[in-house]
Order: sequence, then C-alpha cells, then structure tokens
Amino acid sequence: MKLEELRFGTELIKRGFASMQKGGVIMDVVNAEQAQLAEEAGAVAVMALERVPADIRAAGGVARMADPQKIVEIIDAVSIPVMGKARIGHFVEAQILEALGVDMVDESEVLTPADEQFHIDKTRFSVPFVCGARNLGEALRRVNEGAAMIRTKGEAGTGNVVEAVRHMRAIMGEIRSLKGLSSQELVDRARDIEAPAELVIECANLGRLPVVNFSAGGIATPADAALMMQLGADGVFVGSGIFKSSNPEATARAIVEAVNHYDDAKVIAEVSRGLGDAMKGLDIHMLRAEEVLQTRGR
Amino acid sequence: MGVKVGVLALQGDVAEHITAFREALADRPGSSVIPVRKVADLVDLDALAIPGGESTTISRLMGKNGLYDPIAEFEGGIFATCAGMVLIADRVDDPRVRPLARIPMHVDRNAFGRQVDSREAMLEVAGLAEPFRAIFIRAPVATDVGPGVEVLARIPEGIVAVRSGRHMAFAFHPELGGDLRLHRIFLDGLGV
Repeated sequence: MKLEELRFGTELIKRGFASMQKGGVIMDVVNAEQAQLAEEAGAVAVMALERVPADIRAAGGVARMADPQKIVEIIDAVSIPVMGKARIGHFVEAQILEALGVDMVDESEVLTPADEQFHIDKTRFSVPFVCGARNLGEALRRVNEGAAMIRTKGEAGTGNVVEAVRHMRAIMGEIRSLKGLSSQELVDRARDIEAPAELVIECANLGRLPVVNFSAGGIATPADAALMMQLGADGVFVGSGIFKSSNPEATARAIVEAVNHYDDAKVIAEVSRGLGDAMKGLDIHMLRAEEVLQTRGR
Repeated sequence: MGVKVGVLALQGDVAEHITAFREALADRPGSSVIPVRKVADLVDLDALAIPGGESTTISRLMGKNGLYDPIAEFEGGIFATCAGMVLIADRVDDPRVRPLARIPMHVDRNAFGRQVDSREAMLEVAGLAEPFRAIFIRAPVATDVGPGVEVLARIPEGIVAVRSGRHMAFAFHPELGGDLRLHRIFLDGLGV
C-alpha cells in the first residue's frame, strides 16, 4: 500500500458510511446505559444527546450540542457508530464533535439554530453529515453543502408520524415528477425548487436522492417505522419514541424487527403485541408557530 | 450458463452489491441477482454476497430469521465485504457477533478506529496487475488466518483480503468504487 495515496473523508467514504446504515434503526440515547440497550436491541447506530427531543421541547430555552463528557461516555460504551447533533450553522460545535470521534454529525433543527442564513459547509470536514429536509429542494441544497445523508425532518419530539409522512411523500413525489422531463425542463425545475441543476438531473437519472434517505421526527411504534419504510425510507431514526415508551427494551427490539420485515404484516403484528404504552404524543395542530422545529433551516 | 447470486438483505449496502453483481454478470446471459431475506431464497444459488453494514445487527437478524445454519452450510461460494468479513470468520474479538465459521481466521472489528479514520488507499492485491482503489469504512482486519487460506492483501494494521476455496472476504468495499475486477475473479472461481 502506498501511504502517500491514503485519502480520508472523501465523498465516497462519507456516502459509503451512510450506505452501511441502510435498513437500520438509529436510536436517540442520553447515557451509556441507554446506548448499550440500543446496541443489544439491534440498532445500527446511536445518536448521543443531552436530552431526547420530547424533553428539549419541555425544557424550552436554547438547545445546544451535548456535553462532550456525555458523548465520550456513550462512545466508550458501544461498538456501533455514535452520532452527535450540532446546531444548524454552528461549525465549531461540529468541529468539536469531529474531534471527539463521533462517526457522523447531525446538523439538526431539533437544536436552536446558530445561523439563520448559512448551514455548515460540510465539505470542509472529514466526518460525514446528516441533515434534515422537508422537500426535494431542501434535500438537494444540503447535499450540495456536503451532506452524505438526508433524513426527512418530520416533527421531532411529538410521537406523531404525520409530518414524517408528509415530508417523505413530498420528496418521493417530487422525484417521481422529474421522470420524463427534458433536460431544459429539469433545469427549469431546479430553478423553481432552488436546487443545483446537476443534482436535480442526477435525481432524475437515479430515480432517487443521490444519498441515503432516512425518516425521522415522530416515529413511535413498529407500525410507524414500517410505514416509513414502505413509503421509501432507507432506514429510520427513532428519537423520543423508544425511551419515552413504557417498555424501552421491547419497543427498541420491535422497531428493529419491523424495519427488517417492513413489508410483512404478520411479523409486524407479532412484534407489536403487548409492548405497553407508546410515548404519549402531541397533536401537531396544537403547537404554536415558535414550537414547530421543522421550519428551522431551509 | 448463467450464474445465480444472492445478496443477504438484512441490513447494509445491499442495493450496491446487487448493482455491482448485475454489472459483473452482464456478459453472462441467464444470470440473476436476488436479495436473500429468508431461507427459501438460498435455494439454487451459486453464490451469496454478505454485504457491509453493522455486523452486530446483521448477526442478530441472521439468528432471528433462522438464516444462521443455512448460511453456515451453504454450498456455493461466499463473497463477503466489511461486516461480511467479520461474519464469515471463525473467531471474532466481540462476543456480540456469532460468526459463521466459513473461513478459518481471527477478525478484529473496527480495527481502524472511528469513522474519521476511514480511508481510501491504492492497494496491491494478489492476482491483480494494477492496484485496487480500496475503500475502508470502519473496517475490520484479520489478525491471523488458518491453513488453506490465501492472503491476497495486507496493510500495516493486518490482513484485508483473503480467499479460501470458493469464498472471498474483503475488509474494504469492492461494491462501492465501480471497479469489478475482484467480482470477476470471484465469479470465475465458482466453476459454474
């Protein structure tokens, strides 16, 4: 091996890392014990947090990156990848997460945005990033900034899957609507959705996003997870849904099984039995405008 | 005659493996590449690919889906990458993974460290005239191999490509870079 030809943090490595997560469940955890429970249940990765989104909502105030002490504790507890959240535009929080050794940074609307104009320039990092999106334009702007993975935003911390469904249907529908357009029409569409034309053309050719697309924001049950997979998600993030349920261990295992067998209703029925209470959940229409997280970062 | 390849489709970069094998088999009419999610899917396969992903997750799902024994006894060739290399070994440094014991070797998971240590390198591989652009993502390495296992490539951290009979295992991802030379060597070795 020629050492001078070693390359770190290339697009292929970043997007390849995201590809290895496909068909998996990424679980929010707030301590080493929860991280180990997630790993035992079959999570492909954990998201290390100070609080789960439902508690961030409840606490109010400015939500920031988790304490590095907490992230290190979680990294040391598991062998699966560990992700961490940085505020939108807060590239120093992202630098810290990279220095701590997290495997992927989530530039997340769940935290209070640090920059209302710019997202992080993710091409400057070796660590791969995942970013939220509600539609094709947002998704492709994030990919253009260097995101290696997209997650549909949904509405985090609500336990209500309706926004996750809305965003997944929007992206899938917009990609389907590119089919059959001429190259001129694709450039016109790119202008309409404020996305780079070459990425719109790439989506049209692939029939999908050029990066892995997970679902997030409101998944609380095995049925919710399977619903998002049937709608076209490559995998799911489950935030508050596991550790806000009455039986986190059983719920975690059941959601992993449901994602694996997303098109087999018999298996989903079986794993859904006797799980106890799912997280309570919120009606989206009852949220005040300033409580809606999905509109942060566009 | 066509070749039938299955790709273990429990978790990981399944679609990339299917695409790469379809391309490598494009010049062999009658070939097919299918995802394998249950025991019945293994019937009549000439080869099985075990993809990259999280080896702990795939190991757990193999057990849950009753695939462990059928794959441990599978008679075709096995093409294993990254997590697949961990699973196809007979000894692993992590008790959470139950390996299939198809190739006698000891494998360390995540031998490279964190994701930021993942890398691309031009690798000399035995049997290839030109170096191979190897993509290592939180990759494992083999630390020792048993008799009859041919070491095809190694790096300072350990052994990263092996062949044992009709089986091949790689710590890196030949399915990601668009270079199908290793796929072709594997397919030629099946004797179909």
